[in-house]
Amino acid sequence: MEPFIYDLSRPGRRGVDMPDPDVPLTPLPSEYLRDDLPLPEINEAEVVRHYIRLSQKNYAVDKGFYPLGSCTMKYNPKINERMARLPGFAQIHPLQDPSTVQGAMQLMYELQQMLAEIAGLAAVSLQPAAGAHGELSGVLIMRAAQVARGQGHRHKILVPDSAHGTNPASTTMSGLTVVEIPSGADGNVDMDALKAQLDDQVVGLMITNPSTLGLFEQHIVEVCRLVHEAGGFVYGDGANLNAIMGIARPGDLGIDVLHFNLHKTFSTPHGGGGPGSGPVGVTAELADFLPGPIVAQNEAGEYVWMMPARSIGRVKAFHGNFGMHVRAYTYIRMHGAEGLRRVSEDAVLNANYLQALLKQRGDYPIPHGDRFCMHEFVAQGRIAGAEGVHTLDIAKRLIDYGFHPPTIYFPLIVPEALMIEPTETETKETLDAFADALTAIAHEARTDPERLHTAPHTAPVRRLDEVRAARQPILARVPGREPA
Amino acid sequence: MRYTPHTDADRRAMMATIGIADVAELFADVPAAYRFPPLNLPAPLTEMEVARELEALAEENTHMGQVACFLGAGAYNHFIPAVVDVVISRSEFYTAYTPYQPEISQGTLQAMFEYQSMVAALTGMDAANASHYDGATAVAEAVIMALHVHRPPRKKVLLSPVLHPQYRAVVRTYTQGMGLRILGDEQPDTDFHALAALCDEETAVVVVQNPDFLGQLHSPAEMRDLAAAVHAHGALLAVSVDPISLGLFTPPGAYGADIVTAEGQALGNSLSFGGPYLGIFAFRNELVRRSSGRLVGETVDADGACGYVLTLSTREQHIRRGKATSNICTNQGLNALAAAVYLAVMGKQGLRKVAELCWHKAHYAADRIAAIPGYEVLAPKPFFKEFVVRCPRPVADINRFLLDEYGIIGGYDLSHDYPHLGQAMLLCVTEMNTTDEIEDLVQALNEVTESRLIPLEEVF
Repeated sequence: MEPFIYDLSRPGRRGVDMPDPDVPLTPLPSEYLRDDLPLPEINEAEVVRHYIRLSQKNYAVDKGFYPLGSCTMKYNPKINERMARLPGFAQIHPLQDPSTVQGAMQLMYELQQMLAEIAGLAAVSLQPAAGAHGELSGVLIMRAAQVARGQGHRHKILVPDSAHGTNPASTTMSGLTVVEIPSGADGNVDMDALKAQLDDQVVGLMITNPSTLGLFEQHIVEVCRLVHEAGGFVYGDGANLNAIMGIARPGDLGIDVLHFNLHKTFSTPHGGGGPGSGPVGVTAELADFLPGPIVAQNEAGEYVWMMPARSIGRVKAFHGNFGMHVRAYTYIRMHGAEGLRRVSEDAVLNANYLQALLKQRGDYPIPHGDRFCMHEFVAQGRIAGAEGVHTLDIAKRLIDYGFHPPTIYFPLIVPEALMIEPTETETKETLDAFADALTAIAHEARTDPERLHTAPHTAPVRRLDEVRAARQPILARVPGREPA
Repeated sequence: MRYTPHTDADRRAMMATIGIADVAELFADVPAAYRFPPLNLPAPLTEMEVARELEALAEENTHMGQVACFLGAGAYNHFIPAVVDVVISRSEFYTAYTPYQPEISQGTLQAMFEYQSMVAALTGMDAANASHYDGATAVAEAVIMALHVHRPPRKKVLLSPVLHPQYRAVVRTYTQGMGLRILGDEQPDTDFHALAALCDEETAVVVVQNPDFLGQLHSPAEMRDLAAAVHAHGALLAVSVDPISLGLFTPPGAYGADIVTAEGQALGNSLSFGGPYLGIFAFRNELVRRSSGRLVGETVDADGACGYVLTLSTREQHIRRGKATSNICTNQGLNALAAAVYLAVMGKQGLRKVAELCWHKAHYAADRIAAIPGYEVLAPKPFFKEFVVRCPRPVADINRFLLDEYGIIGGYDLSHDYPHLGQAMLLCVTEMNTTDEIEDLVQALNEVTESRLIPLEEVF
């Protein structure tokens, strides 16, 4: 058990020495001062040891296979980190005169162009800080464009039932109404259900393609055509772009707005929860509505800040998560067109190989296993002959085998879902070992289910009581105060 | 390709298992007319080559190591102890994701719980979430949270005109579809007293900044009066703070704030041209179930040992979908970790010392500038590390001179956001500014007044 940070504190210890002021002192206004500053007092070495010991309790991509579906946990190239830390990128102020940051603005400009090219769209804003932030921007763009068309009465956003939860949440934040569209038995959008909702109240459709079932939407062109005919726009959730770089361009298929997850597809690290980066791209018709400012080039070839004419506004202070832009730019430059296509082909090859292995062995149902998957697929933790065992047990047991579990219980439309995304950076040996672990766990499930119910056995802690955490929440401990 | 490991033999074996002869068969669902489009991208580079290209781009930028910087306005050049980068460069932290599997994420979870605890301590609030995107979006989330405290939701929001202009813009972007009335910042001289007078039974929240965008500190007494007036109408008070200032000054929890937000970049995060930064978000206990973002809670494992988990997830989008308190999923976890390490290593003494250095140096600089003929320091109240200087020439011209002749990045030009102040700049002085830099600034400002801008040769 690693001590709580405050338990390392002893009055009088210091982690940093700061110099004394070398200017004449100005008296402090006593009535403004705080009584006490309850921060810890720890020497530098103990701070370092505390965090290094904590780090060792984490699983991470750099330790092993992390097939967390929908999150694209690919290897993060180390050159990205070095580039983002160059003083000319890491130590520049966002409000500096543009003439003093032309290199950074050129990088952003070229990244805007490259992302637009990859997606088949006309313009990109790098400002959103994460996928959900890009989604919010995208929904606001569709809404604003409808208002500009004199269609401000429209209020419906259609969202397939397999969508990420951020889609309906972003819709609600935009003041619009979510209408859920069911999926058909084949994993595609149910076309009849879609048509039934396509009226003059529709702002747009949000679609994830490939879907969260890992399937390429077979009717995508028709879906886009129908939505456009009804006067709506089509929003593409770019969370699954890793499957289709150089394979298909969303803009060619009819998508009007798309967000990119630089922390998924373009290898910027996930940071234990963030930071991400969620640029949003649009067709020429919608370019004026992008959040901004974005980077443009003037006649003299200089890079300048430009606020799109009918922008939804800024969605963040300054210009976006620039440190992530540097990493994504590095990644795209190292791959080029053929390299990115290879990335997507191998991401899809790996997922299909793993799906084929699991199909052959037959322990885990794969509802859409009759189709080729894209970069991920959804299996079920329903093992014949082990009815008391659930997906959660299988996930926890995978930890003992040295793997990060897949995404579980999502998408919601598949009971006992195990959503598996291997990514292209994994070797065949890793995929074989993971399939072997799942096979071994299926055997254990039938012969020794208790071992699964009580898993994990080798992690730093045993299974944690999440119900207790939510019933009596303790979110902070500050010395001298009751826990809150 | 170094990042895709398959050999031809691997590929053949895998395709045989799948039952295909060509990888292209996997993409049969993509309409043929749109399949395999050529992408017009620059040719790929090796690591050695790409590093050269990026180093060249980086060299085109003027960075903090080359110049003296007196620019703040929401992004600050503060000292970052070496420990911070060592910790956030640990692969175990930066190549993990959101801790959905707590048993193998106790490192991230405990670090986040400790971050929440230290933020609660710093702000004087009960609890904090695990981060928003930045100081601006944290304010927008605070506004949205406040709307739903009442049934039916209240629709009026009051923003102080000296809340960061970009934060006010982001609140308006976020809420543009919600049918709100956002008032208070139409007149630039609306003070907190006048803002309180606009508060009524329709008002969900009043948002102010302390120290405000122009650097002014509002006293605990003034803030308590504001809180009382706001609470009398059942509205919430949200305060955006500079976390470094809290090393010295009374925290918002002590004067009645309901929600405290901050740009946390100053706590151990590099300037990085505006991001990734850190949205600090703290609140009173009563608001916890309406709060947005990830929350880490303490619990026990099956053996009764202490451990940490993500908790109260039923507020969040992956459970509640369209009825969630926010759409946020990915946050700024690694920036929050940097802030936690910064607070732990700086500690009680170090953070106070940083705040004191800012105070003394900023006041010294202000005194020296106020003595230059033609300049006026506009600081009716005490200020922390930023202050407004009215200048004898357009700020853009002065800043150009400072940069070209002295290698100084001058202050933020206020003429667009606060035209009533005239030719005014917002100067920022932190512990990073040496006395020599301040003397250079004073000398340079002096020279500018003497109408020697053109031709430059005459300056020397």
